Amino acid sequence: MKTNTLIIRTPEGILFPLLLAGPVARFLAWLVDWVCVMILVQLFSLAVSLTATVSPGAAMLLMTVGYFVISIGYGMALEWFWRGQTVGKRFLRLRVMDAQGLRLHPSQIVIRNLLRAIDLLPLFYLTGGLACLLTRRAQRLGDLAANTIVVRQPKTAQPDLDQLLAGKFNSFREHPHLVARLRQRVTPAEARLALQALLRRDELEPMARVKLFGELTARFRTLVPFPAETTDGLSDEQYVRNVADILFRTTGA
Amino acid sequence: MIIDLQRFLADEQPVWAELEALLTRFEDDPAYRFDLEQAKRFHYLYQRTSADLGKLATFNSEPQLRRHLESLVARAYGEIHETRTKPHRLAPLRWFFVVFPQTFRRHARAFALSVLATLAGCLFGALALSLDPTAKPVLMPFSHLQGDPNERVAQEEKQAKEHDPLGGDRKTAFSGYLMTHNTRVSIFVLALGMTWGVGTLLMLFYNGVILGAVAADYVAAGQTKFLLGWLLPHGVIEIPAVLIAGQAGLLLAAALIGWRDRQPMAARLRAASPDLVTLIGGVAVMLVWAGSVEAFLSQYHQPVIPYEAKIAFGLVELALLTLFLMKSGKE
Repeated sequence: MKTNTLIIRTPEGILFPLLLAGPVARFLAWLVDWVCVMILVQLFSLAVSLTATVSPGAAMLLMTVGYFVISIGYGMALEWFWRGQTVGKRFLRLRVMDAQGLRLHPSQIVIRNLLRAIDLLPLFYLTGGLACLLTRRAQRLGDLAANTIVVRQPKTAQPDLDQLLAGKFNSFREHPHLVARLRQRVTPAEARLALQALLRRDELEPMARVKLFGELTARFRTLVPFPAETTDGLSDEQYVRNVADILFRTTGA
Repeated sequence: MIIDLQRFLADEQPVWAELEALLTRFEDDPAYRFDLEQAKRFHYLYQRTSADLGKLATFNSEPQLRRHLESLVARAYGEIHETRTKPHRLAPLRWFFVVFPQTFRRHARAFALSVLATLAGCLFGALALSLDPTAKPVLMPFSHLQGDPNERVAQEEKQAKEHDPLGGDRKTAFSGYLMTHNTRVSIFVLALGMTWGVGTLLMLFYNGVILGAVAADYVAAGQTKFLLGWLLPHGVIEIPAVLIAGQAGLLLAAALIGWRDRQPMAARLRAASPDLVTLIGGVAVMLVWAGSVEAFLSQYHQPVIPYEAKIAFGLVELALLTLFLMKSGKE
């Protein structure tokens, strides 16, 4: 079955997911790399052309071999020194990894780069792109042969919680066991929903705002009921704010 | 369940930081080795962080922290559970004189199949040209091979008397072209192993067809000595190099097909990959030599260099190559 996440299970029974990169992101990374290779070749040609006055033949030899080495060696060298990344992959936050989550071996890097020879056929990586679309772990033929995958490593931006939640007393924190239970029971999707509702509350119509916070509060009340003396007098919005404070901030106000 | 998250974080943060520092140190220097105490500590930190990740799994609402721990565990997992030996510092002489010939011999059957496919092509090419001489443009699609061999030999020998065919610096440039072009072809032959070996065999067969047709054309025209003098100096290295690239392609195909091998495909490919890299690396070295010989020697004909001398040079190379591949690196 095709998936965009590869789950690795360690012998200790711990699971961790790797997000697989799709053909479009990989193609864009390749375009960036292609530009880099062209720049390197131009710079190299410029340097070599200085020697052409001494020996034109040697300059031609250097240019031919230099172009070959740069075009073939660029991916290999960078993926080895940057642990599975090239300039394009860094730019798009992609990384080559072993398909079992193990350390990337030099022979894997060499093979996946050599097999570009058929992945790029007939042009613009059509074969590799199709293989990416059709294989379960979005692998081009070079990845299949080298037993590698390309994963996405998205940057996780922390919301500005201090501005939203800081400096306010949170009566829920007086019940640490209920706080722990709330953290356990709220799903990441629900937590994100609460945070987004608070961040975008001023964009909502007044009625929609009341309705949304009412529904969220009702949901959180069913997950963990706090004592009445703690919640009495709290508006729905304040209730959700307290919940978000607990979920996203590890230090209490 | 973690009751007091703050305390949990305060207690565990130093452990995660220590693990991250060790991982960074390990990753920054591929040659770095832990001593026993460090290895024990690294293992302890990995297990403790794994356990923390397990505990944190009960906290659905801590995605950022969880992602951080997942990334740490993933990195440490790769280092701890990897059983393949880490590559040592580069030892190119040992690699070329020991590892390469040993690898070649270990996969002698794939090489034999590669030779058979090429020989079949040679036979086909020679027979096809003998039966239908008009098929020359199809069998040998290279302009300099289209004419009559006798005329070409006469022209080459006349030119040799008058001027250097690759005068001045052109030899150097030509050798660079030959090296890179032949290496690209060899890489392609290897990569075609991904077609379950069909593409590799077809490429070897096609190379054989051209070779067989050229040989048949020159032999039939009575130019055997010119042919040997022209092809042997570089061909005795270049042709085996392409055959070894074919051997690597067939090795890749064998790992894909997994005939009589119960391991999963990923394990088979993982096992084959170091040998593939060794073989194609050896091919590249051979082609650098062949390219130089072709540019600096093969293009010079009688009377500049007598054919006998070129043939003798080629035969000596062939003997040395055979000796190298059969004996070098033997325990």
